[in-house]
Amino acid sequence: MNLRNILVPVAAILVFGILWELLVWANDWPNYVMASPSDLPPAYTQYWELFIVMGWQTLWRTVVGLVLAIAFGVFLGMIMGFSRLMRDALYPLLVGFNAIPKATVVPIVALLFVGDHNFNTILIAFMISFFPIAVSVSIGLSTLEPEYRDILRSLGASRTTIFWKIALPKTLPEFFGALKVAVTLAFIGTNLMEIVSPHGRGLGALFDSGKTNSDYPLMFAVLIALALMGIVLYYVVVALEKIFAGWAERSPGY
Amino acid sequence: MSDNLIEIKGVRHAYQTKSGPLPVLDGLELSVPEGGFAAVVGPSGCGKSTLTRLIAGLMKPDHGEVWLHGELVKGPKSTVGMAFQNPVLLEWRTILQNVMLPLEIVPTKLSKREKEDRARRLLALVGLEGFEDKRPSELSGGMRQRASLCRSIVHKPEVLILDEPFGALDAFTREDLWQTMHKVKAEEPFTGVLITHDLRESIFLADQVVVLSGRPAKTQYVMDVHLTGQRDIENLYTPESAEALNILRRQIQIAQGRTDEHEDGR
Repeated sequence: MNLRNILVPVAAILVFGILWELLVWANDWPNYVMASPSDLPPAYTQYWELFIVMGWQTLWRTVVGLVLAIAFGVFLGMIMGFSRLMRDALYPLLVGFNAIPKATVVPIVALLFVGDHNFNTILIAFMISFFPIAVSVSIGLSTLEPEYRDILRSLGASRTTIFWKIALPKTLPEFFGALKVAVTLAFIGTNLMEIVSPHGRGLGALFDSGKTNSDYPLMFAVLIALALMGIVLYYVVVALEKIFAGWAERSPGY
Repeated sequence: MSDNLIEIKGVRHAYQTKSGPLPVLDGLELSVPEGGFAAVVGPSGCGKSTLTRLIAGLMKPDHGEVWLHGELVKGPKSTVGMAFQNPVLLEWRTILQNVMLPLEIVPTKLSKREKEDRARRLLALVGLEGFEDKRPSELSGGMRQRASLCRSIVHKPEVLILDEPFGALDAFTREDLWQTMHKVKAEEPFTGVLITHDLRESIFLADQVVVLSGRPAKTQYVMDVHLTGQRDIENLYTPESAEALNILRRQIQIAQGRTDEHEDGR
């Protein structure tokens, strides 16, 4: 990691903030139309305790939902990757399930498990994010070149050995690609639930209270906080990918 | 029982397809004595790769028998080593770790140290000294194929099966690898079957060339190769070699169902 790797994205963020500020200033928009970056620091200093408490609630529920999505997605992907029958059987079901807008599922879940706010939120985060993981793992496993399997099978290796030695590591790049998508999706799921359900918690609920009070700077401050958390989680995944699937990255020139 | 290490008798096999059974092998015979090296040539799509899977025990023929060392092949055996046209190295492992892969699966009495020493020695033998810790993606096609070759013999298999291992390489790299093969065979004797569509390769490497007919394949012609002296590339340009190549070429034409008249357009 050199200085350039840090300076370039920071400069891009600064430019974005300046353009945003200029846009609001040039149009002379009041606070209740659109907040500008200079409105954000007061919002943060005023509500910093809320941001920490609510931000933590959003974060841990997103992460738990994501972990569940990984476990279930990998399991489902393995079943579909190894068995043609299961793939044929489950694919339409899965695609149909994924096609349902999760915003419509939120009120159903909220009614089903009324009062269980943590559980509901985690459930939505999970439901929205397991799909890409399942699909990528199943494709990774089912497109394993037969020669790889033959090399090990001809040595008398068991199916489990083949899975651990070849299928699993070979699927890791696809898995991490899907995980990057799933991280952002899980955030969307958590916030959907937090915003929609009455007496919700987390940053979504903070956003909702900003809306009720016409506190536009607060609403924008929540958006920026969400974006920051999203960036942090995303780069956690990138770091994990470097550790476990760094081999898939080709150095430039090859 | 004959003293042949590989004995294939009257093998017939058909694949089940949507439009009915597709016969690929029909009356295949092949005998390779211990230490022998047979090359199998034939028109494309004639079932040569099916033959390799049969010997490796990865599939069973509909009819006929495959014997290895006086034992009927019924399933995969750890006494087989395989290398394909695609080197199929594991990208997440170093070259050394790739070569050691079979030793992790086949039961051996070797210690970890001895396994590593053996892998390093083989890599040095094929000219990959200094590349042990590189990833496959950092190597050229020819080097990857050398590593794949090391992996196929690291566990001292009784039978080495090579399925067009040099098919995707350029002509010069291929000739280099032919010579490497002779070096390897001198140091690490094996009994082998080489599937190829390169007639020069077949007479340069093998001591027996088996021509298969077009699909469904049967053994059409067997030639014993007597290239005298040490095998170097010069041997391919002697009158004897030219004659052997000519005979094989005609046999392939017959296998393809072409006669001289058609070929010359007369």
